[in-house]
Amino acid sequence: MTGRNLITDVQNTWCPGCGNFTIQHTLKALLDGWEKEGRSLDNVVLVSGIGCHAKIADYLNINSFYSLHGRTIPVATGIKLANPDLTVICCCGDGDCYAEGLDHLVFAAKRNIDITVIVHDNRVYGLTTGQYTPTSPLGFKGKSTPSGTAELPLNPVELMLACGATFIARGYTKKMDQLKTLIREGVAHKGFSFIDVLQICATFFPAADYYTPRVYEPADHDPADFQKACLLAREWDYNSDARIALGVLYRKSMPGFGERVAVPNRTASEREQAVRDIIAARI
Amino acid sequence: MAEEREVSVLVGGRAGDGINNAGALVARLMSRLGYRIYLYFDYPSLIRGGHNFAVIRAATREVGTCREKVDFVLALNQETVTRHQGMVHDGTAFVFNADLVKSEGQGIPVKAILAAEQAPEIMGNSVMIGGFAKAAGIEWAQVEDVFRAALPKGTDLNLKVARRAYDQLAVVRKIPERGSPPLSLVTGNEAIGLGLIRGGLDAYVSYPMTPSSSLLHFLAGEKEKFGITVVHPENEIAVVLMGLGFAYAGKKAAVGTSGGGFCLMTEGLSLAGMAELPLVFVVSQRTGPSTGLPTYTGQSELQFVLHAGQGEFPRLIVAPGDAGEALAWSAIALDIAWQFQVPAFILPDKTLSEGTYSVDTAALPSREDGPAGPGRAASPSLPYRRYADMPDGVSPPAFPGTPGAVVKVNSYAHDEYGYTTEEGDMVSLMTEKRLRKQEALARAMNTFPQVNVLGKADAPVALLCWGSTKGVSAEVGDALGLRVVQPVVLEPFPTTQLRVALSGTTKLICVEENATGQLAAIASEYGIAVDEEIFRYDGRPFTYESLLAKVQEVIL
Ligand SMILES: Cc1ncc(C[n+]2csc(CCOP(=O)(O)OP(=O)(O)O)c2C)c(N)n1
Ligand code: SF4
Ligand SMILES: [Mg+2]
Repeated sequence: MTGRNLITDVQNTWCPGCGNFTIQHTLKALLDGWEKEGRSLDNVVLVSGIGCHAKIADYLNINSFYSLHGRTIPVATGIKLANPDLTVICCCGDGDCYAEGLDHLVFAAKRNIDITVIVHDNRVYGLTTGQYTPTSPLGFKGKSTPSGTAELPLNPVELMLACGATFIARGYTKKMDQLKTLIREGVAHKGFSFIDVLQICATFFPAADYYTPRVYEPADHDPADFQKACLLAREWDYNSDARIALGVLYRKSMPGFGERVAVPNRTASEREQAVRDIIAARI
Repeated sequence: MAEEREVSVLVGGRAGDGINNAGALVARLMSRLGYRIYLYFDYPSLIRGGHNFAVIRAATREVGTCREKVDFVLALNQETVTRHQGMVHDGTAFVFNADLVKSEGQGIPVKAILAAEQAPEIMGNSVMIGGFAKAAGIEWAQVEDVFRAALPKGTDLNLKVARRAYDQLAVVRKIPERGSPPLSLVTGNEAIGLGLIRGGLDAYVSYPMTPSSSLLHFLAGEKEKFGITVVHPENEIAVVLMGLGFAYAGKKAAVGTSGGGFCLMTEGLSLAGMAELPLVFVVSQRTGPSTGLPTYTGQSELQFVLHAGQGEFPRLIVAPGDAGEALAWSAIALDIAWQFQVPAFILPDKTLSEGTYSVDTAALPSREDGPAGPGRAASPSLPYRRYADMPDGVSPPAFPGTPGAVVKVNSYAHDEYGYTTEEGDMVSLMTEKRLRKQEALARAMNTFPQVNVLGKADAPVALLCWGSTKGVSAEVGDALGLRVVQPVVLEPFPTTQLRVALSGTTKLICVEENATGQLAAIASEYGIAVDEEIFRYDGRPFTYESLLAKVQEVIL
């Protein structure tokens, strides 16, 4: 379909100032661009989890699978294996993807399945009104941890490096142009693409004043350099005070899961023959 | 024992001795003589060190259970002789590995035979089979045929060592040839896999769990031939959600597990119900609760699969009674799941999944027109409504990639387009749509013969059974002149057909391998009262004699 209105009529219920708007408009701009390039949006699928981030499935007028909390990635994996012609993008939350469904993230990276995972990392459970997530800093006072969390955050970028992800990037919702580039490159990357997006939660984690002075784009970083990528990943551990590198931190080319598990197409009669042959061989 | 109509063989050895394969060879030999076969494989949940045994029963009638006595014992270890003393009768013939076992009967010097042919140790079982064949008076040509078919590697050497044993032993108990053409031997899980393929399966996703694993192994081994994607992901949560991803993209998928793994799938099951995505769940039951007895049987997940998942939504449950039924009904389950966009269950147990049965392919319904398509709406009306409210509740499906269609599925309550809604009227409308789908599904199922009547069809006393107890119940029914009624479809519950099948009965006895009577409880919910209940819950399937005795107790 061409010339579609990419924003649906569904009433938007994100808080004013929410970083999710930036991600939505970034995706819209990319989709617009693809359509202008003659690429059909009929082949784009968005998979979302459950959380504030996930409402994007209702707001963008493209194919979507509004899944369960934590379960974007296995759905996306199934879709991609079923139809490799589809472009499959996951919009996940940090609670969604780093807590409830972390196992799937680890395995998607390990498999190098050709999907793009965008984590709306607001470092809080937004929809359930403000509990800590795996990326909340130590001591974060959420509703379930009123005296502050007692555990250090997880560094998802470092985790993805350890898991073998072949495209690792970090963006920030106050840097929309860069974010657009990152998502475009992530989608173009053949293999598993991971983009941790520092997303402002205006209501429960309004961290713009912290992020804005600290983010930077490392000059002449070579994303093929795994060691340098590890150093950049460790520079900021989502807890202590440090500079925060944005951009494509690591990129590597490797055969994808889909290619490796591909099987020949068989017609119905070939399959029926195979069934009958197997049964006949058991006499 | 009625030796002239049937014969049973016990093959026993240590875990790791290849008892299952040895049993399969014995089964094949007897199948070639024109018998119907049932093979039960008993093994503890470990890889090495325990005692394994297979009981192969060959009969002129269809069989799905074992007898308590055997006519041959093939002993690869001493335990086979000592542990199964209760299974022998005066005429039982023993064939044993003389290097390891002391017994009456005929010993075979396995080591010496292997040494004479410079054959490796793993060919020891071939020696034993050769000896058995002679003791049973089976023609050498049959042995040769079976070895050529079953052991494509090292066939000649296997035959040489088998021949030496064959020549050393004497015929002690000739198994007469039946003359009827031999049937194929297929396990329950293989039959489910083949049935799913015939139903048009595109993908099988599963995390290993006994007794479902052999289905994963079978389909993974044959995936190239069938052109199906087989995935073993990180856990059962991923399994069910990948399955739903396939379904959303228009590919027919099935997932497989046992009770514990299915626990992890329940949230995904409910999503299938809400998002109206077709998916087949193969849940092979073992003894529960929890890890239970991994390698033993049970029928305690019927109520679980019936009620699993939050909320109310239609589902199909079929419980085939043997491999032939598994082959036919697995294809139907996949068809129906797609026709009505509902989750469908195939509910075998260890007895069926890992048991080997004779399958009559002449009875295989033809699927010459190819499997029914997923019902793709060729050009859906636009703007596309994934949940268009149709009279029968079934919305025309379209899949991503369909020109012009924006295909939205949703785990939240949604409107016809798939957009989230919390509006009460819309929620009611969609609930009613799903209920109508349930009715349409029940109507469609009514066009199938969903309830088998076996035994003496007009007898006033009836056994009510489901799943793998079909075979044993049918035999007991025949022996005692009872009617045997076996619903294959358990949800939507086939009340009408069941009432017809039970009409004129004065006493209904429910036979189940659980401790609480799960089918009996469902039947009574639909107004069908069960008078007596016979349970077994030690992980072992009913043998013919054990069920016979229990039934005799309650009909006296
Ligand atoms: C299995 C399950 N557990 C809990 C919930 C409740 N729940 C909904 S959203 C959410 C957290 C959302 O946090 P996040 O993923 O970070 O998304 P955000 O709202 O911040 O975008 C939780 C716990 C649920 N829907 N499902
Ligand atoms: S709670 Fe936070 S994440 Fe959720 S909509 Fe409001 S600002 Fe956005
Ligand atoms: Mg969050």
